Amino acid sequence: MTASVAMHLSDGVLDASTSVLFGAVAVAWLAVAAARGRIDVDDRTAPLAGLLAAFLFAMQLLNFPVLPGVSGHLYGGALAAILLGPWVGALCLSVVVVIQALLFADGGLTALGANMTNMALLGTAVGFAVALAARGLARRSRAGLLAVAFLAGLVSTVAASAGFVVEYAIGGQADVSLGGLAGVVIGVHAVIGIGEGVITALAVGAIVRVRPDLIYLVRTSETRELVAA
Amino acid sequence: MGGGRVAGVSALDVRGLTYRYPDGTAVLHGIDLHVEPGERVAVLGPNGAGKTTFVLHLNGVLTGTGHIEVAGLPLSPDTMREIRRRVGVVFQDPDDQLFMPTVADDVAFGPANFGVTEPELGERVRAALSAVGMAEHADRSPMHLSEGQRRRVALATVLASDPELLVLDEPSANLEPVARRELAEVLLSLDRTMLMVTHDLPYALQLCPRAVLIDNGVVVADGPTRDLLADADLLAAHRLELPWGFVPQP
Amino acid sequence: MSGGVLYRPGDSPVHRIPPQVKLLAAFAAVLGVVATPREAFWAFGIDLFVVLAVWSVAGVPVGWFARRAVIEAPFVLLAVVLPFVSGGPRVDVLGVAVSQDGLLAGWNILAKGTLGVLIALTLAATTQPRDLVLGLQRLRAPAWFVTIATLMLRYVDVIAGELRRTRIARISRGDDPRFLWQAGAVARGAGTLFLRSYERGERVHRAMLARGWAGHMPAGPAAPVGALRWVAGGSPALVIATAWAVAAWPV
Repeated sequence: MTASVAMHLSDGVLDASTSVLFGAVAVAWLAVAAARGRIDVDDRTAPLAGLLAAFLFAMQLLNFPVLPGVSGHLYGGALAAILLGPWVGALCLSVVVVIQALLFADGGLTALGANMTNMALLGTAVGFAVALAARGLARRSRAGLLAVAFLAGLVSTVAASAGFVVEYAIGGQADVSLGGLAGVVIGVHAVIGIGEGVITALAVGAIVRVRPDLIYLVRTSETRELVAA
Repeated sequence: MGGGRVAGVSALDVRGLTYRYPDGTAVLHGIDLHVEPGERVAVLGPNGAGKTTFVLHLNGVLTGTGHIEVAGLPLSPDTMREIRRRVGVVFQDPDDQLFMPTVADDVAFGPANFGVTEPELGERVRAALSAVGMAEHADRSPMHLSEGQRRRVALATVLASDPELLVLDEPSANLEPVARRELAEVLLSLDRTMLMVTHDLPYALQLCPRAVLIDNGVVVADGPTRDLLADADLLAAHRLELPWGFVPQP
Repeated sequence: MSGGVLYRPGDSPVHRIPPQVKLLAAFAAVLGVVATPREAFWAFGIDLFVVLAVWSVAGVPVGWFARRAVIEAPFVLLAVVLPFVSGGPRVDVLGVAVSQDGLLAGWNILAKGTLGVLIALTLAATTQPRDLVLGLQRLRAPAWFVTIATLMLRYVDVIAGELRRTRIARISRGDDPRFLWQAGAVARGAGTLFLRSYERGERVHRAMLARGWAGHMPAGPAAPVGALRWVAGGSPALVIATAWAVAAWPV
């Protein structure tokens, strides 16, 4: 939730070959997501995704109070995955990450691949995997859905930070104890993830009350037909 | 510009149009409407009467059953593209219609999709923007325009494709009086066949010699706008009301 | 979008470089910086000189960049910590024994992170947001990417405006969230905002269909970029790449 070290990596933290490697990972993953999300097949998906990317972007601009004087913002991996599914969710967030790097110099240009991998791809994939595994609980009751959304928000944040640890292990600069680094980074993000989880759960809870058919995770095949009219 | 009119062919011919929502609720119950080239027709009706749903059928964004023909061309999956060029829909919220980064990009969107290329594309953009008096704003973002300016740019975005039929959904909504009058002047200067969905009865009277009243998915009245607005019982039966103090001159 | 954008209007030669050239040059330049061996201190000096030269041509004051470069701040922390937590032989700095490797690693992050953010800021300051997307489109970014990015930039202000209005409405009725667990209204507002964004997406899609949308954004006319302009626009990146090549040359 907060501006943290493991999110929005800057240039120079990873070496050049690792940066290029994760650029390739991100591009390949996005190609798969575009195909599986059928974004080029249905002429409606990309315009809708554009508006939802704008929503995620606006959410990231919004600061939530964490403690008096301390605020953070949502990064939205699990929220995107639950609402839009793992593929379209990943596409939306990847555009957000790229535009933030180009327009605001937020995150290094060479670190773009790693940042997309952590925030747009790992975050949505792991968030969705958690939600999918607990889908039975999510469908049982409103409280169940909120619990699943919370868990997905928490775990996706930790997963994104774990991505950073892996990248640092491959191409980081200094000879630091990886166990120590992992402990600190993942520990900090577990705390941040609680906030992410709370916000994710409350937002999903507000949507399910009004338009459950819009939530990718819970909608059934019939309602999907209805929405795609 | 000025859509090519073929003698003896009506601008719009709708017969027996019905439509249900995917959940089964019926919205349109057999609409018939015939519009001659050059006519300006107001489409009146209460909220939920199916006016906007009707409009979305005219260019195939929604598909019900029945027959729709625009300037002699029947609507079918094969003719969809040409129908969308022939029918220019100006939507109610200009923020929905103006989705490109600049005014010029937005006006070019339609003709570019319909295969117009440079240098004609640039000509079309310039002509459409001058027709609505917005030529000097071509490079601005729609975010920085007033509501009235946005409405006129939205009009330009469909004029650029040179449509046979102009369809306006609530054109005067949210406009301050001056902007409302300026838009009326622009619309009257265009000399195009026009279908105008509106709640603004004085606006309908000012712009459209003919009006149809839609309620519960059917056309319940069709005639000179002045006559419809003079029929207090008809208006009351369909939740329409003239503004306080407004008396149409006989 | 308009709010918070770093673009500084101007008509300098840097502003006029076609966006696809500028994008490639910026990526190449930062990659050159990152690939440069960390001990080649002189090479980073050349890189900084190149960046300063581009600024003077672009007519953007140094102070403007300095203020915005603080975006990098979280990484300075990592750079400062590394000398103390890294292993390997130790050296004395101001009487404190720190890891020699960690010191170099910290320097590496500080130097490359700073140069990287300065180059990215140069790109953002001299290129309009819509031109950045246009540049990506001309560099063959996928159609879905261009569509999402175009609509996102157009509507983020509209959505942020809705967000502001609901916040004012909430505060007007006495809401004052200071702790996370009081932020429920904010999060529920997020739910409402999602619904509005979704519905606007449906309406925008209809408006696009009505004007012949067939799945990809029209690119508009692109004047072919001659070799000379590529060389001119790419020259700063070329100098940085040369510095890297010399520094990395095995001796």
